[in-house]
Amino acid sequence: MEVNPLIIFIAAIFTSNILLTNFLGMCSFLSVSREVESSIGLGLAVFFVLTFTTAINYVIYHFILVPLQLVYLQYIIFIIIIAAFVQLIEMIIERFSPVLYYTLGIFLPLITVNCAILGVSLFMVIREYTFIQSVLFGAGSGLGWLLAILALAGIRQKIKYKFVPAGLQGAGLSLIITGIMALGFIGFSGIVIIQ
Amino acid sequence: MTKKEIFIVSAFTENSVWKQVLGICSALAVTNLMKNSLVMGLGVTFTLALSGLTISLLRQYIPKRVRMMVQTLIIASYVIIVDIFLKAFYPEMSKALGPYVGLIITNCIIMGRAEAFAGKNKPLDSMIDGIGAGLGYSLVLLLISFFRELFGFGSVMGFSVLGDWWYRWSIMVMAPSAFFMLAILIWIIEGPLRANRKK
Repeated sequence: MEVNPLIIFIAAIFTSNILLTNFLGMCSFLSVSREVESSIGLGLAVFFVLTFTTAINYVIYHFILVPLQLVYLQYIIFIIIIAAFVQLIEMIIERFSPVLYYTLGIFLPLITVNCAILGVSLFMVIREYTFIQSVLFGAGSGLGWLLAILALAGIRQKIKYKFVPAGLQGAGLSLIITGIMALGFIGFSGIVIIQ
Repeated sequence: MTKKEIFIVSAFTENSVWKQVLGICSALAVTNLMKNSLVMGLGVTFTLALSGLTISLLRQYIPKRVRMMVQTLIIASYVIIVDIFLKAFYPEMSKALGPYVGLIITNCIIMGRAEAFAGKNKPLDSMIDGIGAGLGYSLVLLLISFFRELFGFGSVMGFSVLGDWWYRWSIMVMAPSAFFMLAILIWIIEGPLRANRKK
């Protein structure tokens, strides 16, 4: 595909936000967005892991799986790479930066089962991105996810003590806020349109 | 619990979507058409039932420390079967669902059932629990997609119902409506339950 990688980057943040248009990473999005601090931690961890695993998965897919005709194993390979990478990062952070470990470390195990990470790798294969495009797509999706969870956490903190109908408390209300946010993000589609 | 009770509890009383709010990524993404939802629901039910059975059979042999990894691999192998089956027999459906078939692996429902039920119970019970949870999930998917397809395309299961005079609500096909529909569904089901509990 002949699309400027920068356009993919911008589009991944705003117009085709991984969470608001592709619904990926909803589980941790809803459960961790109670406070701004913890959502920044998780968002940064997602951004970091997403950028690197997309790059690694690109190399593995195009230089190992395709030549060996093992493409049907991509799900297993991708999930192993993601799990191994997360484990590795956790150990490195724990060893070298205890401060960072306390802010970021507790979120890392959550990330292995975050569908945004696997989803971006699968989108990269389906949309036939080049290496640069893939890395920027991964980074953009991570930033977009960070932006979305930050916005939701901010709103949820504001309305913490407001009256909410019993049936909507918790997940229901978060879903409605997210829906309104998704409506708002449609407004960005004037910038770039890419599917 | 008898087998019937296990089924009812996992399909309705403890329904993963509206009770525990798990696995909603795909519940939101594939519900713009009923056909997609049906196939997705069947795929998830298949994976849930068989991975429940396998994990339960192996539960004494899996070391505690690596059980998450082993469970993920078991789930992934069943998802690959679903994916290859769709690619071979329904290539168009496979293209329409795109990455969401592969994302069944990270669907929290499956991991949740494996952790909460299959790791502790007998194989047959786990399989019934898996089928129940899968059918409960499919039910939610079909409900949401029924309304989204009806208002968005004026059709049900691909057959035009409302005719040409219907002005299509394109918002129902787009992302925001999925969030709203799921929130309304949770509200309708949970609202009376929670009100009862308060009394």
